[in-house]
Amino acid sequence: MATELKFPDSAAKAAGAEQEFSPEQMSLSMGPSHPSTHGVLRLQLELDGEIVIKCDPVVGYLHRGDEKIAENMTYNQFVPYTDRLDYLAPLANNMAYAIAVERLVKLEVPARCQAIRVLTAEMARISSHLMGLGAFGLDVGAWTVLVHSLNQREHLYKLFEELTGARFTTSYTRIGGVSRDVPAGWLDRVGAFCDQFLPALEEILALLTRNKIFLDRTVGVGVITKADAIAYGITGPNLRGSGIALDLRKDKPYSGYEQYEFDVPVGTKGDSYDRYLVRGEEMRQSVRIVRQIIKNFPGGDWFARDARKIFAPPKDKILSSMEELIQNFMLVTEGPQMPAGEVYFEAENPKGILGFYVVSKGGGVPWRLKIRSPSFCNLSILPKICVGCLISDVVTLLGSLDFVMGECDR
Amino acid sequence: MFDFFFNLPVIVQGLIKGLAVICVIFPIAGVCSMAERKVAAWIQDRPGPNRAIVPWIAWIPFVGTFLQRLGLFHVMADGGKMLFKEDSLPGHVNKFYFIAAPILAMIPALTTVTVVPFGAYLSATGEVMPLALAPLDVGMLAVFAVASLGVYSLILAGWASNSKYPFLGSVRASAQLISYELSMTLSVIPVFLWINAPGREATLGFARAVEFQSQPGLWGGAWFGFLMPVSAFIFLVALFAETNRTPFDTIESEADLVGSFHTEYGAFKWGLFFVAEYSHMIVGSAVFVLLFFGGWNPLPWVPLATLVNWLGHFLPCAHAPLFVGVLSIAIFLLKTLFMIFFFMWVRWTVPRFRYDQVMKLGWQKLLPLSIANLLFYAVAIAFIQK
Repeated sequence: MATELKFPDSAAKAAGAEQEFSPEQMSLSMGPSHPSTHGVLRLQLELDGEIVIKCDPVVGYLHRGDEKIAENMTYNQFVPYTDRLDYLAPLANNMAYAIAVERLVKLEVPARCQAIRVLTAEMARISSHLMGLGAFGLDVGAWTVLVHSLNQREHLYKLFEELTGARFTTSYTRIGGVSRDVPAGWLDRVGAFCDQFLPALEEILALLTRNKIFLDRTVGVGVITKADAIAYGITGPNLRGSGIALDLRKDKPYSGYEQYEFDVPVGTKGDSYDRYLVRGEEMRQSVRIVRQIIKNFPGGDWFARDARKIFAPPKDKILSSMEELIQNFMLVTEGPQMPAGEVYFEAENPKGILGFYVVSKGGGVPWRLKIRSPSFCNLSILPKICVGCLISDVVTLLGSLDFVMGECDR
Repeated sequence: MFDFFFNLPVIVQGLIKGLAVICVIFPIAGVCSMAERKVAAWIQDRPGPNRAIVPWIAWIPFVGTFLQRLGLFHVMADGGKMLFKEDSLPGHVNKFYFIAAPILAMIPALTTVTVVPFGAYLSATGEVMPLALAPLDVGMLAVFAVASLGVYSLILAGWASNSKYPFLGSVRASAQLISYELSMTLSVIPVFLWINAPGREATLGFARAVEFQSQPGLWGGAWFGFLMPVSAFIFLVALFAETNRTPFDTIESEADLVGSFHTEYGAFKWGLFFVAEYSHMIVGSAVFVLLFFGGWNPLPWVPLATLVNWLGHFLPCAHAPLFVGVLSIAIFLLKTLFMIFFFMWVRWTVPRFRYDQVMKLGWQKLLPLSIANLLFYAVAIAFIQK
């Protein structure tokens, strides 16, 4: 079910303007700088009154060539770039990338490292969904929801800062481990956050869930049927909102997700309201996972001991032993030497399935790194569901799809 | 005491009154904008504006800090910003109408204020007389007639901006404002049916409405908000739509139309729209308080005269005309400001309707309800007054 994507070319438009537009229609360029296009998405709309009769999403305003950049740097150097994909959940991106490369080397990280990664990924999921929820609220006119969810996100960012040293662009994982162990007492503070977060979340959701105006705005708006959702490759909460219980954390568990108990919420109708409900429930489930991790937090190493070719040797050895000094020098200049091969790994990120396809021909840099970004695939359905909506519905739709342009444009 | 004023030529009197309106409405609008930010902050669990301070006030211990935390000086900062920033004129606009639109917005906003009574004083005979700049006998009609002109400025602004978002916004504005005027007008008719008893001189002024609500007795002392809750409700909902406030702010709707008709405006021209909007809110709230919430009477079944008599036991000056005037203005202003707080409260709590939902609500729900309400009260009043 390919969609006909027609990119508006100004010269062609001017030439064919008279045939293409009948006088009743109006073309409206929504974005790239528009308050509700969440970054730099541009929608070229054609309107009949206020009703959208055609919608062409124009993406690429935030294209930085991440995939090409990856070919020019060592594997560990690319970690900061993964922060800038879905910049609302950098920890989850870091983890997905690290696991992809680890699969290439067939490296197993210890249980403690896995637990730390899952913990941070779930916290990132909460943070990302909070932002999505707040932005959705803002799109339908409920400012207060945004500010209350930002308030909660601030608690999370403080915890992230304590753990990784950065609030936003965390760059936390390394190939074969994480950049540092959890600080003393940090887990207790995460637990305390969970305790205060659940009631606060209920309070935030209560502003919308049963609100008549919100129901009017979202129920039945932007329905994505099961067939469409599969055909367009939609993933994440948007797919589950349409009633398909695909969650890689359950279906293809990685990093020890199989140990944790959680439910996968699914919607029934696939409208904007269902997607909102799914996100709300996923936050509760994430808290459940976080609590389980804190309860049985594994001891031991927080990085893979056998990753000698990847991690720098201990500092005292570097300063005293020639072998280690040379190894460190090689690691820094040429990068960790990887075997030749190719691997595709996809992780269930807050926005959907984030996949990394790494092709290595040996050496310290990937030969090709392809990123499958969920936001890009999720946005592909816009030309289909926008038709027949009002302009205000387009905004609701964009809010409910919860995309991030950094990831979409890469 | 005020004789010198009435001895002035009529034109000078008018100019002074006009100046008074401007001097009252602009600061109130400024304070309202501050209050809006502060109320939003309270509702959203954050401190809100709390930085601006004038140096020599900052030197006062405690009080200075308190005023700073209250954000009082942001009014000055905001107003100063509006006045002094570059008043840009985009190249693609229709310049004459682009400049005319905000001016046109101010005219109805300032004119309606003059006919709204804002307090009362005790005449020489001990009667409570209303205070208004232009006490018209057709007050309600004048407010409706002039306030509805406000829509022209929105249409003009949207059209002159020569840009698509403002254009869409002004199309919405013209439809929405006109639709809700119907139910709004129909909702106040029962009040005037009630107060215009057969045989008495007919009036559409606010003074009689307040006077009616100041009568002694169970029926007389009851405010119309209790006697006609449906009317009050319809009026309030229509007021939200007319003043373009959430949940009916589909005209402004910054999420989809980026601010719509004032997208292309900036600096003082934008400020004029802003003041006009608040001024409509103030006048609307004032009318609502006058008609349905007892005007300057402090409590239901406790008219102003009773309060003054009761105060007379403690204060010798209670019966002085000036004291009564100030007291009544304070009560009235308090109620009006509470209404404005209510507007803000709603705005920061609920999402926004979609444009077609607003229209459906107006035509399919509110209008039939207001017609039924009018018919019910027409029959009921005929029955009572027979």
